[in-house]
Formats: sequence, structure tokens, C-alpha cells
Amino acid sequence: MARYSGELMEAQEIKQMIECGLPGAHVEVRDFTGGGDHFEALVVSESFEGKGLVERHQAVYGALGDAMKARIHALTLKVMTPSQYQNRR
Amino acid sequence: MADPIERIRTAITSDKIVIFMKGNRNFPQCGFSAATVEVFEELGAPYATVDVLADQEVRDAVKTYSNWPTIPQVFINGKFIGGCDIVRELHSSGELQTLVKAALGESAHQ
Repeated sequence: MARYSGELMEAQEIKQMIECGLPGAHVEVRDFTGGGDHFEALVVSESFEGKGLVERHQAVYGALGDAMKARIHALTLKVMTPSQYQNRR
Repeated sequence: MADPIERIRTAITSDKIVIFMKGNRNFPQCGFSAATVEVFEELGAPYATVDVLADQEVRDAVKTYSNWPTIPQVFINGKFIGGCDIVRELHSSGELQTLVKAALGESAHQ
């Protein structure tokens, strides 16, 4: 696997960045491979109401800012509104 | 050579379905690119690919163009649809087939 320019991130760090960028969101982040470069995140936020998938993902990427460019190789996202999350369970 | 944004515009207007990916359909160089190509193979829809590993300028410019930080990126009728997760999510909900049918203007064969 190619080395990345920044040092790798922790799931906890990604969780905090998303919570910062999307206040009030419910966020779960898991290191998918244990290698610190492929994460899976669930983000539940009222701000997603009425937004399509692309917009929702872009909001999460916006919260992660430059980290997304240099330090996160792969981030699989699940993005839902609170009602979608309730019905999902 | 045209600047990268021009090359992107030309690519996404030359074919109905365009996938900016790492590698090509026969030799995808990344799991997400491979999974994205797989979805369109399953749909049996004709698509073009652009190997961003062969064009670093386009690789960077397409991320700004679509305001999307990762590769692969899928365009249908010149419009950014999403990366691997969204394409797979649209595929499982059936929305992708609807988009493809509308773009191809006829029923996408199974």
C-alpha cells in the first residue's frame, strides 16, 4: 500500500472532526481494515433532510477538510436523517 | 494539450456514462474502482473510462471540478453522480438503473 503524505488517522479523530463540522450529528466510525487508512463511518444528521446522497457526502467531506485529501485513503460513508436511521433498525 | 478541466469536459460530454477510475475496466488498480466498474458491467450499460493514473493533472482537477475528494467518480449525461458508495447505494435502490435508462434513452439490457 502506498504511503500517504500525512500520518494516518484514528477512528476517534475522524469521529470528532465530523461531529465538529456537523453539530448534533450521531457519528460512528470504524477502522475497516485495522490498518488506519480505510474507515467506515455512519453519520446521522437532521441537516441531511431534503439533501441527496452527493450533498450529504460532500457535507461530511467538508467537515474533514484537508484530512480527506492527504490522510484518509478510503472512507466508506452511510449518511442518514434521524428518521431514516430509526426505520433502518 | 487542452487544460485538464477542458479534458474533463470533453470526456464527460463524449459519452453518456463516464467513470474516472484508477486503471481501466480490465485492470482496475483499486478495489473501489473495480467495484464501480462491476456495477455497470452488471447493468450491461455501455460506459467509458478515464484512467486518472495516466493523467495526474486530470486526477487532481476532477476532484475540484466535482467537489469530491476521491476516485472513482461517475458522471452520467455530464452530471456528477457520485463515487463508489453512492453508485452502489443507487444500484441497490434501483435508482441507478432508472438514471442509466433515462441517459441511454432506451431500456438498458440486462
